[in-house]
Amino acid sequence: MQQLTVLEAVDQALAEEMRRDPRVLMFGEGAATKRQALLKEFGAARVRNTPLAEGIIAGTAAGAAAMGLRPVVDLLFAPFLTLAMDAIVNSAGKLRYLSGGQFSFPMVVLTMTGAGWGVGAQHNHNLEAMFVHAPGLKVVMPSSAADFKGLLKAAIRDDNPVMFFMDLALAHVPGPVPQDERLVPLGKAAVVHGGSDVTLVSYGKTVGHCLQAARLLQAQGVSAEVVDLRSLKPIDHATVLASVRKTGHAVVVHEAGPMCGVGAEVAAVVAEQAFDALRAPVRRVTGPDAPAAASWVLEQAAVPQAEAIAAAAAHSVRRSALPA
Amino acid sequence: MPPLDDPVLRVSLLETMMLIRAHEERLASLASPTAPGTCTAVGQEAAAVGVVRALQARDRILTNHRSAGHLLARGADAGRLMAEVMGRADGYCKGKSGSLHVSASELGVVLTSTIVGGELSLATGVALAQTMGQLPEGGLTAVFFGDGAACEGIFHESINLAVMWRLPVLYVCENNQWQAFVRRDETMPVQHVAQWVQGHGIVTKVVDGNDVEAVHRAALEAAEYIRSTGRPCFLELTTYRQRGHFEPDDQAYVEADELAAWKRRDPIGLYTERLLAAGVLTAGELSHLQQRVTAVIDAALDFAQNSPWPDQHELTTDVYA
Repeated sequence: MQQLTVLEAVDQALAEEMRRDPRVLMFGEGAATKRQALLKEFGAARVRNTPLAEGIIAGTAAGAAAMGLRPVVDLLFAPFLTLAMDAIVNSAGKLRYLSGGQFSFPMVVLTMTGAGWGVGAQHNHNLEAMFVHAPGLKVVMPSSAADFKGLLKAAIRDDNPVMFFMDLALAHVPGPVPQDERLVPLGKAAVVHGGSDVTLVSYGKTVGHCLQAARLLQAQGVSAEVVDLRSLKPIDHATVLASVRKTGHAVVVHEAGPMCGVGAEVAAVVAEQAFDALRAPVRRVTGPDAPAAASWVLEQAAVPQAEAIAAAAAHSVRRSALPA
Repeated sequence: MPPLDDPVLRVSLLETMMLIRAHEERLASLASPTAPGTCTAVGQEAAAVGVVRALQARDRILTNHRSAGHLLARGADAGRLMAEVMGRADGYCKGKSGSLHVSASELGVVLTSTIVGGELSLATGVALAQTMGQLPEGGLTAVFFGDGAACEGIFHESINLAVMWRLPVLYVCENNQWQAFVRRDETMPVQHVAQWVQGHGIVTKVVDGNDVEAVHRAALEAAEYIRSTGRPCFLELTTYRQRGHFEPDDQAYVEADELAAWKRRDPIGLYTERLLAAGVLTAGELSHLQQRVTAVIDAALDFAQNSPWPDQHELTTDVYA
């Protein structure tokens, strides 16, 4: 199997989908400048630079999608999405419903976020949960090069607006990537490490931290299962619940802050649907409810690290092992 | 400017304006805390009719919260439109839109947004699809908005992109002197939005928006320019919102003299007088038109009130494709 970085996997997915479907086009701030290979192969009509104007980029994508094109737009950094909220949330997310189903919005919004580049809170803000809260949108945030490719291909083929969050610390991380047309379905989590004592649920770069935590826990005699959500909406409750019913313990991990985040949703669903299986309260290990600092030390301190995840999991397991 | 030479067209323009007026006034008469509110197009009928009747079937229209004029001028069924405003199952959007976001894809009226300026952000995408073979060749996208939307940043983003990408967009600004509950002269230092946009490198024209024939001619010219050059064009129609922002509205904030002056320049009144004076229309024919329009609205209201409420399961349908 080929080894590709995440960025190479994204480029490969874009090229394959543009080759496959002439309705797919790509535009954004520097989309043509940065993707010369796509520009050369598919031409200036399908690979376009835009002004630095996120509102019109996203709005144009929504309008074009409703008329039959399948645009992929690059909005660069996730905090810039706030300038495109009307087009994404009010138009792409709602106008199918408000029109009684007359339109669909097959579009993909690419955006980067997460600690690792020291760019501070106006370029680094994990605001994926804002979009999970908005009806009509789908949201994905992959953790491996193979999933970046497979999920992006599936997102481009989906008939709904898909927010594609790219954890920028993963951009240059290589991994095995299938060369074929393999799609990763939206809404399907993956059990990336099997275990029996505690379930670690995560997405994005902290999946890697959970895998490290699982190794730390193994040394302590605790068997951790790691679930990579991959899609945040639709979210795969079944895979999470099956794991928690097996282990009786759950720790949800993400870099985004805790308030009304994906972890809160997972904890609520586990409490509602697997309460009888729980042997300890669901715990969350998340970034703080604070803007991201640029300083490397503070930036890294905001990210759930393997030691903290392992400690939370061990505490959860030991707590339930105490005599009543 | 010479009058239009087709008497059938001239009477038809008048009748369509009268239909819009009757539709809006009937809805306004129903408005109460428990009945549907609506943003009426009363006073702006010439803008809607003059432009929409200059468009072709292959063209697409995007409109806003004040949309009934554009829809009816495009041939929307008054019954289905009223049913939509009243939240009934037979409405164009199954009752999910209400008055504010009515789209009718079958008429080419697409992606109505009630977010002021939202339609401007979508219009460039519709026009892009027209240039990339997704819609009938040679079509253009007409987007209707007001002076309020022109104060949104997205207005300038939209025009700039349309100019740079050579998108076939007809920008139709109905400058109705009101931005919700704020006077236009409180928010803009210039009389005309066209003064603002000339720096964008787009052809602009300002027209008396209460003169349906002037509007119609200007729209035909603008559409021809867009089709022959592939470039966007900006048309500003100077008009006046004769009723409140949203029904019911007592308009206590409106200066009586100003309102009275604009009502003397009412687009339907002006055109009726002109057609009567020209002998294109007799008093008897005018009375007949009025009866016909009233009958259409009576039947529309009857249809809407007898249309069923949406089924409960519709609450969660149409969220995803």
